[in-house]
Amino acid sequence: MQTVDDLIIRIGGEAGMGLESSGVGFAQALVRGGLHVFGLPDYHSRIRGGHNFFSVRIARRPLYSHTEPVHLLLALDPETVRRHIGAVVPGGAVVYDEKDGLPDIPRRTDVGYFSIPLAKLAEEAGGSAIMRNTLVFAVAAGLIGFDPTYIESVARDNFARKGPAVVDANLRVIQAGVEASRPFQADFPFRMEAVPGAPRRLLLNGNQAFAMGALAGGCRFVSGYPMTPGSPVLEWMAAHAAEYGVVTLQVEDEIAALCMAIGAGYAGVRAMAPTSGGGFSLMVEALGLAGMTEVPVVVYEAQRPGPSTGLATRTEQGDLLFVLHASQGEFPRIILAPGTVEQAFEAGWRAFNFAERYQCPVIVLSDHYLATSVRDVVPEDLNFDAVVIDRGELLTEADLDRLEGEYRRHAFTESGISPRAIPGHPKAVYASSSDEHDEYGHIYEDAENRRRMQEKRMRKLETARSEMRPPTAYGAADPDLTFIAWGSTYGPMREAVDRLNGQGVRARMLHFTDIWPVPQDVEKLLVGETIAVENNYSGQFADLLRMATGHTVSRRILKWDGRPLSPEYITHHVSRVT
Amino acid sequence: MVTIDDFASPVRPTWCTGCGNFAIWNAVKRALAQVGLAPHEVMLVSGIGCGSKLPDYTHANGYMTLHGRTVPVATGVRLANHGLRVLCTHGDGDAYAEGLGHMLHAARRNIGLVDIIQDNRIYGLTKGQYSPTSDRGRVSKTSPWGAFELPVNPIALALAAGATFVARSWSGDLNHLTATIVRALGHRGYALIDVFQPCVTFNRQNSYDFYRPRVYNLQDDPDYDVTDKMAAFARALEWGDRIPIGVFYQVEDRSAYEEQVPTLKAGPLAPRPLEKLRPEQIQRLLEEFL
Repeated sequence: MQTVDDLIIRIGGEAGMGLESSGVGFAQALVRGGLHVFGLPDYHSRIRGGHNFFSVRIARRPLYSHTEPVHLLLALDPETVRRHIGAVVPGGAVVYDEKDGLPDIPRRTDVGYFSIPLAKLAEEAGGSAIMRNTLVFAVAAGLIGFDPTYIESVARDNFARKGPAVVDANLRVIQAGVEASRPFQADFPFRMEAVPGAPRRLLLNGNQAFAMGALAGGCRFVSGYPMTPGSPVLEWMAAHAAEYGVVTLQVEDEIAALCMAIGAGYAGVRAMAPTSGGGFSLMVEALGLAGMTEVPVVVYEAQRPGPSTGLATRTEQGDLLFVLHASQGEFPRIILAPGTVEQAFEAGWRAFNFAERYQCPVIVLSDHYLATSVRDVVPEDLNFDAVVIDRGELLTEADLDRLEGEYRRHAFTESGISPRAIPGHPKAVYASSSDEHDEYGHIYEDAENRRRMQEKRMRKLETARSEMRPPTAYGAADPDLTFIAWGSTYGPMREAVDRLNGQGVRARMLHFTDIWPVPQDVEKLLVGETIAVENNYSGQFADLLRMATGHTVSRRILKWDGRPLSPEYITHHVSRVT
Repeated sequence: MVTIDDFASPVRPTWCTGCGNFAIWNAVKRALAQVGLAPHEVMLVSGIGCGSKLPDYTHANGYMTLHGRTVPVATGVRLANHGLRVLCTHGDGDAYAEGLGHMLHAARRNIGLVDIIQDNRIYGLTKGQYSPTSDRGRVSKTSPWGAFELPVNPIALALAAGATFVARSWSGDLNHLTATIVRALGHRGYALIDVFQPCVTFNRQNSYDFYRPRVYNLQDDPDYDVTDKMAAFARALEWGDRIPIGVFYQVEDRSAYEEQVPTLKAGPLAPRPLEKLRPEQIQRLLEEFL
């Protein structure tokens, strides 16, 4: 028996088997048991059938990433064994349903095969074969020596609203699973026991963290059209709308979604439209309307691989240069790309401050990996105390009462920011226009006015630049290799840096969350050998850095198969390129 | 007291002499003054096109947006601040070509907007292409063989989509136009007013002289029941020598969208102070993830 540093359990089966919900429930139990987890769903764009899996990595230290090996494979169908047996470490094991058997699948001699009548036991104990998803995690708990009472506590909470009969059925299923694991415990060498008395921690994904940050930051209007992986933000907001005073609506298309958010922003409410790349494509014209008429609005763009429908339920960082350049003409915009749950929470409230302070669209660029993978954090890591609601140069009722002369919504100023009045005050009646306009908002085609108005708008970008955070540096202070990462690759990159430093390679990560305008003085950090690491085909951020700073990265480590970068993938490619 | 002069803007219209937009512009101002809505209590939202410049010529809150996107922007304004009376003024290209989907969804949503369509049945600002309400066979620069498509029937479409107020008026009758807008301003949900607006430059066919002998007022018939949807459909299909104007359909028994939103029951959103979450609210949120 050995207690390992890391233990990875993967459950696989078809869509409709409840892999992710039971997987997240199990991860929740592990966190309650004082362990750290990183949970990664992998699923197809279909409601039934296909092959889905959910991996949960478990450790006694904080985790930032998934990794590739598997210690325990929970196979709800033979296909799971076929696909994942190669990932199982020597000494690891496969749990499969006795009724499925393992027809025609060659067996490895260094892996245990545990046949358990999962469906039969679930039906006997709980009344339904579908409950084998819960049962098999109880088997897993028995095998790794994890106290099943934590699973029971999660089941009690999750099924409470379905009544005591459902709770009891689940508790019986959990007991049956633990019992079924006993004959195999001696044959499974890896242990990960609970750490009693550990502080309570949260388990959440990037979508949830972002939505909560946005709510904390005063977002009060959300309009969207369902699209994976962005729609959970609309769903989360809708679930909290009545309690927190938010208006949410599902609309006819993403064009309407962003136009409504812009209308709400114009009227003075902090508004956003969550989507993915395809939906963002429809929002492009409206983005320019917000730029031209200087309306604060936030777009949450959770990327998935394109072009077109691409891989609907998978991940990529392929939209960066698109969101940077989207819409005709030139106008200021701000782009943030959080990399962790904590950063997603921060991006939630920071985005709305930027939007109102600079009176421009702000795009928060997430992706499927960040949006859907779950990680545990202590409650203090979602720093509600640090939340600031800064509405920028917004004129108060008292300011407006004192206003002399006609209000100039787009007044020329040194910073480029014109003091903003929310429509409704008798002294600040104005109409703004998507046509080029004068300081009052009236349509005006004069060349000199155009020159000055364009300069005024673009000046906001320079003012904003000084507020953009420099990249987070992690790893060796005096590096031989500097990795450049942005957005969701934070976790895999951080762990790759740890591994490389452990192997004697002086490695450092520079991770960017504030993408555009590119923070000041970045070029000073880009020294020595630089390697861009991105989840896309071309290395878009490396190209953006070259455009903004003139720095050309030495190499690029890229991945565009729709699956996230892993620490192993990065270190493997480092050794190949160095 | 609000008067029509309160809406006077220093910007003069660029419309052609005789353009039907002048009557619509005047009717909007007269109607607002008549119901006592001051310039800061309304929001005029428009798109792109000759008619969509109306807010620029009017001293009132306004927003000139994108072609076809008038209604969704106005919907956002209305939901953010339903203390403002929101009117849309946009043309047939804006409303029935690029924006037709939005119109149907606004109707089924029953959002509280007065949606005035400046329907000249031609594209004016881009100089004379046929529009979605042009007659079949209309010859224009982009339909040299005559338009192959049937015209959109906005009245029937709005009725089918569930609109609770559907009306038509025309620029040749300022009093009727004003009265129709006044009536729409008293409606609680979505109100569509399709306005025949002669384009004196690019549409010589649908002129004042074309409409004057043809239009008749539905409300001249005391037996016409505005709550009878089948009757409204029948009149919506009437076209030719006699063309009905007036209120086709009006019901007040369906709540407006904004009346059903839980958050808005406490009043308009925009004027509420924006504050950080309270500790007990934060605690409740975090509990969900423990």
